[in-house]
Amino acid sequence: MDQPGFDYHIDIPGTTLFDGKQAMKGYALNKMCYAFNKEENRNAFKADEEAFMEQYGLNNTQKQAVRDRNVLAMIEAGGNIYYLAKLAGIFKLSVQDVGGQQTGMTTEEFQQHLLDQA
Amino acid sequence: MAKILGGITTSHIPAVGKAIQDELHDDPYWKPFFDGYPKIHNWIKENKPDVVINIYNDHGLGFFLDQMPTFAIGAAHEYRNEDEGWGLPSLDPFPGHPELSWHIIESMVADEFDITSCQELAVDHGFVVPMQLFWPGAPHNPDMPRAIPISANTVQHPIPTLKRALDFGKALRKGIESFPEDLKVVVLGTGGLSHQLEGERAGFINKEFDQYCIENIAHNPEELTKITRQELVEKAGAQGTEFLMWMMMRGALGDNVTEITRNYHIPISNTASGTLLLECE
Repeated sequence: MDQPGFDYHIDIPGTTLFDGKQAMKGYALNKMCYAFNKEENRNAFKADEEAFMEQYGLNNTQKQAVRDRNVLAMIEAGGNIYYLAKLAGIFKLSVQDVGGQQTGMTTEEFQQHLLDQA
Repeated sequence: MAKILGGITTSHIPAVGKAIQDELHDDPYWKPFFDGYPKIHNWIKENKPDVVINIYNDHGLGFFLDQMPTFAIGAAHEYRNEDEGWGLPSLDPFPGHPELSWHIIESMVADEFDITSCQELAVDHGFVVPMQLFWPGAPHNPDMPRAIPISANTVQHPIPTLKRALDFGKALRKGIESFPEDLKVVVLGTGGLSHQLEGERAGFINKEFDQYCIENIAHNPEELTKITRQELVEKAGAQGTEFLMWMMMRGALGDNVTEITRNYHIPISNTASGTLLLECE
């Protein structure tokens, strides 16, 4: 769905603004990730990922992105990074690991990229 | 009457909580960051605020997308810190000041700010890390003031404008100053500065823009209200929108402030960290 009256966004390469459009697309995925605040839900996911994703009603694109541990694909599928960070925690990925994955760098290269901006 | 002593800003990166836990204050990576805090500790010791208003943004602990308030004010007797999904140890609850909370809510709604009031609110790193930085050992520091959390939405666009954030602070000031008890209040603005966690632009930091914001916030905050929300995302990064909290704090400090100390360091985790202490004149 477009929102023509509110299409005030500017194009920022490499950035997906988490707006109403993304929120509509990603609700199930984000709701599942929000559930990971509780340890029992993290354990249930680890025990049976497919059943847990089914329970939260993820669509096939979202499920595949989670299976692939592909953060860019999760964002494309409506994921919000604050909730995805909880999922990344289950996979023991730090924010630098996630940064490296999205930018095509190793974690070490990504850390150097951060230092280089000082 | 209640009086606002000043405002303090700081980044609230989760990794800081871990570094405090591991006592990494003198580690070469962390030292330039932690060196920004002793002057603030001294100011707090000298001034001993009774209440801290902690303006932060929830990151998916207290609120989910099912119900997302633009501005929420805590009105609880205490605020629990809970697991955010990483299994880190939680801090003990922070005592609140519900009478002052309700006074502020009444005053601000009368002032046409539509507030979500929260008699229960789990607080995440955005609230807790600044408390640990300013009152080491929080909440068990002997000088720990009673706390009121205020959370603004930066998770889900549309987020508030910079002007609205500054105006929120101005209305908050009226609410605090009209409280009949003699209380000394400090206002925190936490989060920022430039950073972006997601997308191919992850790792984006913008030193020039951060410094422009720090330069202007004390004496020229109205200038910063010209920045549109989209520009803020472009120039500060997708999560750099947390600068809104700094604007909310600034609005609460009145026209004239004195800068006591500042610190700016790149990087802590994925973020340009900034700290600023402004005293009300």
